[in-house]
Amino acid sequence: MRQTTTTAAPMASGFAARRIGRPLQYVALACYVVFLGFPLLFLLLTAFKSSQELLSPNPTFLPESWNFDNFAGAIDKANLIRAATNSLIVAVLTTIIVTLISLPAAYALARFRTKLRTIATGWILLSQVFPFILIIIPLFLVLKQIGLINNLLGLVLVYTVWSLPFALWMLQGYVAGIPVELEEAGAMDGGSRLLILRRIVLPLLAPGLVATSLFTFIGSWNEFFFALVLIQDPKLQTLPLTLARFVGAEGQVQLGQLAAASLLATIPSLVFFAIIQRRLTSGLLSGAVKG
Amino acid sequence: MSTSTLTRPVPPVAPPKRRRRNTGPNGGGRDAWLLVLPALIPVVLFSVYPLMQGILLGFTDSKAGLNAVVSFNGLENYARLAGNELFWNSFRIGLVWAFGVTALQFLASLGLALLLNLDLKFRGVARTLALVPWAMPPVVIAIMWRLMLNPSYGPINEAMRTVGFPGDINWLGSFSTALPAVIVVGVWAGMPQTTITLLAGLQNVPAELHEAAAIDGAGVLHRFWHVTLPALRPIIVAITTLDLIWNFNSFALVFVLTAGGPGGQTMLPMLFAYNEAFRYGEFGYAAAMGNVMVIVISVFLFLYLRGQARSRLS
Repeated sequence: MRQTTTTAAPMASGFAARRIGRPLQYVALACYVVFLGFPLLFLLLTAFKSSQELLSPNPTFLPESWNFDNFAGAIDKANLIRAATNSLIVAVLTTIIVTLISLPAAYALARFRTKLRTIATGWILLSQVFPFILIIIPLFLVLKQIGLINNLLGLVLVYTVWSLPFALWMLQGYVAGIPVELEEAGAMDGGSRLLILRRIVLPLLAPGLVATSLFTFIGSWNEFFFALVLIQDPKLQTLPLTLARFVGAEGQVQLGQLAAASLLATIPSLVFFAIIQRRLTSGLLSGAVKG
Repeated sequence: MSTSTLTRPVPPVAPPKRRRRNTGPNGGGRDAWLLVLPALIPVVLFSVYPLMQGILLGFTDSKAGLNAVVSFNGLENYARLAGNELFWNSFRIGLVWAFGVTALQFLASLGLALLLNLDLKFRGVARTLALVPWAMPPVVIAIMWRLMLNPSYGPINEAMRTVGFPGDINWLGSFSTALPAVIVVGVWAGMPQTTITLLAGLQNVPAELHEAAAIDGAGVLHRFWHVTLPALRPIIVAITTLDLIWNFNSFALVFVLTAGGPGGQTMLPMLFAYNEAFRYGEFGYAAAMGNVMVIVISVFLFLYLRGQARSRLS
């Protein structure tokens, strides 16, 4: 994120404080790095250790020999490919649908001053308070009636509905960031509304659209609870479900495979997250906090 | 939306200032509705409507099974809940978890945000690391920490053995350590949103305030307490409120870590209700628990927000 100079150097109280303060600050920062980073490192290293090594009474920190058996084994045993395909189908469909229906709605919310805005904001906040158990039981009953239990489309439907409010909120923030004057200028030049939207708004909105859709993708890719309730057929399991089942069956021997599978499942969202990271932390918040 | 189950984005802390809005040549109202309709229909059909139905279900004897007749039974579910010791216990655990995670998360994140706001070397590394949990599926976070806390293989026990402690603690499997261990994992998993939100808040504290306070001879601590914290207050209230709700309603992390065990020591209300609904088929009963959860969390939020509003006024 941008480092602004606003409070970057509030250490004006003399050299003494700084001389003692700085090392302490670095120690604290190092503690955070270890706390946040060590589990990740350990997961990574475990994935490369052989099963004999994992069983050894004197485990070493680094793997004695780096081997990829766990990855192959995990893909083989846990049906990782099938689960990843299911996850991909659900996440991609959800993302496309959410983007298509939230785009016009976000434009309307940002540009027209109506009660809708208040209602939408209210719903976004309210929907946070209700525990999922309240929504999943009736949803389960409804989806069962229309045959969408044990069906990836049913999952897409649920994810769409639950990603929408936030996608909408993010997108309308980006729309609000495009000066209305540009649109007005387009109208002066005689452009139709549709033309203005396509030629002026859409190109400017593209980065925001990418961020929003990647966010939706990550959300659906990672989601667990709804999938747990709505998908029972092993063939239709998404990645988080498959991994969670793998956990139950873990013996010492399987730890390496479990770690490998977990790493593989995290890669897509990590990559996407790396892409939107900057925009998320600066863009979203500069709109949200600074106004 | 986003629910604690889909990845949680940083919440918009305050609504963006309104720009000049063009109401459009033809009123705008109708246009707006037309544009919103494709989003509105699925939300109403598949989240507002089920939510209403879910609340109502809490007053019925609905059970799983095809031909079960559902009838209203008034407050019977709640009378049953009141007498269910396991449920009360689960609620207590849920509150310890939610408040524990939220408080620790806030302190840890505030510390990290303050450090990241300084001109330190390597702060890029820390910032990136602080964001990673955000991108990870909760299931993977849980698996990772199961490895970390593994009694024989886990590095935490290994480290304790090296220092000379008895390093054979079954962190997630014994009564006394399970809940604290799970709370630590919860803190780790939830730090990104809190840190980033607080950092954004810190960067918006006007430098002039600090300078003025420094000229008046205020020390670092003094300035933190009297300048930074008050300026951050609205953001702190917003993010801790959201964290509290999210944590109280969280599911996946603990489900994979302990599934509520050992002996129900980490049985969060959501896990309890999930078991009732989808293991025992007690739909009405589980929905009633959901209703109680909404009320409890609303009461806490009300007290917290009112307290904050009052102390701001005074």
